[in-house]
Amino acid sequence: MSSHEVTMDEELKKNLFLTTVDTVYNWGRKCSMWPMSFGLACCAFEMIGVAASRYDCSRFGMEIYRASPRQADLMIVSGTVTQKMAPQVKRIYAQMAEPKYVLAMGTCAISGGIFTSYAVLQGVDEIIPVDVYVPGCPPRPEALIQGFQRLHEMVMKQSIRTAPWYQKSPTSSI
Amino acid sequence: MLRSQTINVNMGPQHPSTHGVFRMILTLDGETIIDLKPMFGYLHRGIEKISEGRTYVQAVPLTDRLDYICSMTNNFGYAVAVEKLAAIEVPERAEYIRVIMAELTRLVNHMLAIGFLFNDLGAYFTPVLYALRERERLLDLFEMVSGSRMMCNFMRPGGVAGDLPEEFFPAFAKAIDINKRFVEEFDKLLSENEIFLMRAVGVGVLPTQEAVRYSITGPVLRASGIPYDIRKTDSYSIYDRFDFDVPVQQEGDVYARYQQRLQEMRQSIRILEQAQQQIPGGPVMADLPPRLKPAKGESYARIEAPKGELGFYLVSDGSTNPYRLHIRSTSLINLSALRNMCVGQKVADVVTILGSIDITLADVDR
Amino acid sequence: MTNEAILAKIREAYPTAVVDVPEEMTDFTIILAAEQLFAVAKFLHDELGMDYLTDVTAVDYPDHFEVVYHLYSVERNQGLLTLKVLIADKTNAAVASVTPIWPGANFMECEVYDLMGIDFPGHPDLRRIMLWDGFPGHPLRKDFENRTFTFKELEPTRPKPPNW
Repeated sequence: MSSHEVTMDEELKKNLFLTTVDTVYNWGRKCSMWPMSFGLACCAFEMIGVAASRYDCSRFGMEIYRASPRQADLMIVSGTVTQKMAPQVKRIYAQMAEPKYVLAMGTCAISGGIFTSYAVLQGVDEIIPVDVYVPGCPPRPEALIQGFQRLHEMVMKQSIRTAPWYQKSPTSSI
Repeated sequence: MLRSQTINVNMGPQHPSTHGVFRMILTLDGETIIDLKPMFGYLHRGIEKISEGRTYVQAVPLTDRLDYICSMTNNFGYAVAVEKLAAIEVPERAEYIRVIMAELTRLVNHMLAIGFLFNDLGAYFTPVLYALRERERLLDLFEMVSGSRMMCNFMRPGGVAGDLPEEFFPAFAKAIDINKRFVEEFDKLLSENEIFLMRAVGVGVLPTQEAVRYSITGPVLRASGIPYDIRKTDSYSIYDRFDFDVPVQQEGDVYARYQQRLQEMRQSIRILEQAQQQIPGGPVMADLPPRLKPAKGESYARIEAPKGELGFYLVSDGSTNPYRLHIRSTSLINLSALRNMCVGQKVADVVTILGSIDITLADVDR
Repeated sequence: MTNEAILAKIREAYPTAVVDVPEEMTDFTIILAAEQLFAVAKFLHDELGMDYLTDVTAVDYPDHFEVVYHLYSVERNQGLLTLKVLIADKTNAAVASVTPIWPGANFMECEVYDLMGIDFPGHPDLRRIMLWDGFPGHPLRKDFENRTFTFKELEPTRPKPPNW
């Protein structure tokens, strides 16, 4: 994977890969993302269907659903977020350690779905930043897997220099 | 003598074992539960209010999302309620299709209930994966018939939305055959398991006299010794044409509820086999005006949903929208006895007892 | 025992309780006076064996509330009996709680209190279970317009620690 001409011994060439730090960093992150079990409503059952044997999500490294937000990377908001539940969603998102990603699954999480009523938050992006939206009511398991693939593409394009969780102070070149 | 203090533990709304966003505040003395206060409402979506702004047929997708595992039976209950209010006759073939879909839903629900009960007990994922594999086969049938795996929106007031396609019956026969063998496999693998017996027998007992006072319905009631099944007492739809038993267990503990669901699955398969042979031809939808306007009045109708009694109270003022739609929810009322079942048990048993009642939060909160 | 026989027995025991028995209803309905509801309910449970209360709900009409009870009997396998109580005063609506007789009515009455604002004196633990204590208004009333709120709008009404 090298783009520069480097002279190496023949044996070394078989045992060495030359690549960028970003690629390795993103590849490790993409292949073992641990979702948090945050099933709220009906979409949770399609998410469980993705984790089951027919649409296996273990091939993406995602079969370990951590219960505690402190140990998870990805929050799949699956289901309706009601006004009563919204502060807890915010608190759980704040508890997750960076880098963290959010996938809004289903139309209820994207925009309130068919429930335009006094008790439903019209979209979870009012309270937390969302990376990938997967529409459907509920989205088929194949649609959720496409959502995962989009998320992986997004993760592969990240760079350490511009990743938001490292921007605590003015950026300096690495 | 040691002086001890009681602790308050908050379980929920996001917790690895609770079935959805359900919160409990437990008061513990050591490990024994002294008091339990359930708090829900975290999935209250205002379905009753929304349905006042929609017509009778537009409210059917809202009922889909009540108990989301069993969307076909929710539609069934609503259709029966509107037909009682507006005095609509349903064609024969539609009735048979409805019974087939309702019993398939009962199979799906009981498989998932048993699977998730074992999930809570700590048999981490294996029984659930077996149950989910069988569920996928039945969801394929639902998709063939209605176009969607879960939110089927299939049964309308007056009949069903469309006829069964040709490829349905071979697939259906194969699915029932496989399911019959699967129920036996589940029984053989799980019923005599020593760990399950130790953790489930004698846990969370609901005495017979209390079950009716707390308005419990469904498998939980029948596992406490009362043979009350709305398919037999009310004989709605065409259930009086089928020959099936109402299983009853006497102990009322978690093990009895598991056995109850297993037996009910066997009876459902019996009904499905009879329906497959008896189904006639004909239309699948009654001849109704494009916008249904029932006469002014009100009525209450109920069905035996897989989790218990699902009732709909409809008030009509003569217009196209219902004036009031109230949903008598199965899971909310079944939770009334949770406190009594848990007080005196250990804290590790709470999740098992909750799993054995089999609730769905969207049904509790509506 | 048919519903008419039950009506006759109630009229015998509590002559002033039955206000009306409307004709031409799909379900047999008895309208009771609000003050005598608890006594008649206890009579129905103890003497007449109506041991299964399936539903307590309320309907908001322009000039009154109706609180509706649906009863069955499991031991005699008897069908639906509907009881209704009319409450004319909408600002201080209250009717006696039947939870001491049928404990299953606990959550049903909490829900009616939460969404309609009808009080149930005698209830062991009346609280707003579907929404929270500070929620502005009672949503199922007809004068509550069905609108959506943003998170920020409802933020000041939410319970703050340690009361959540």
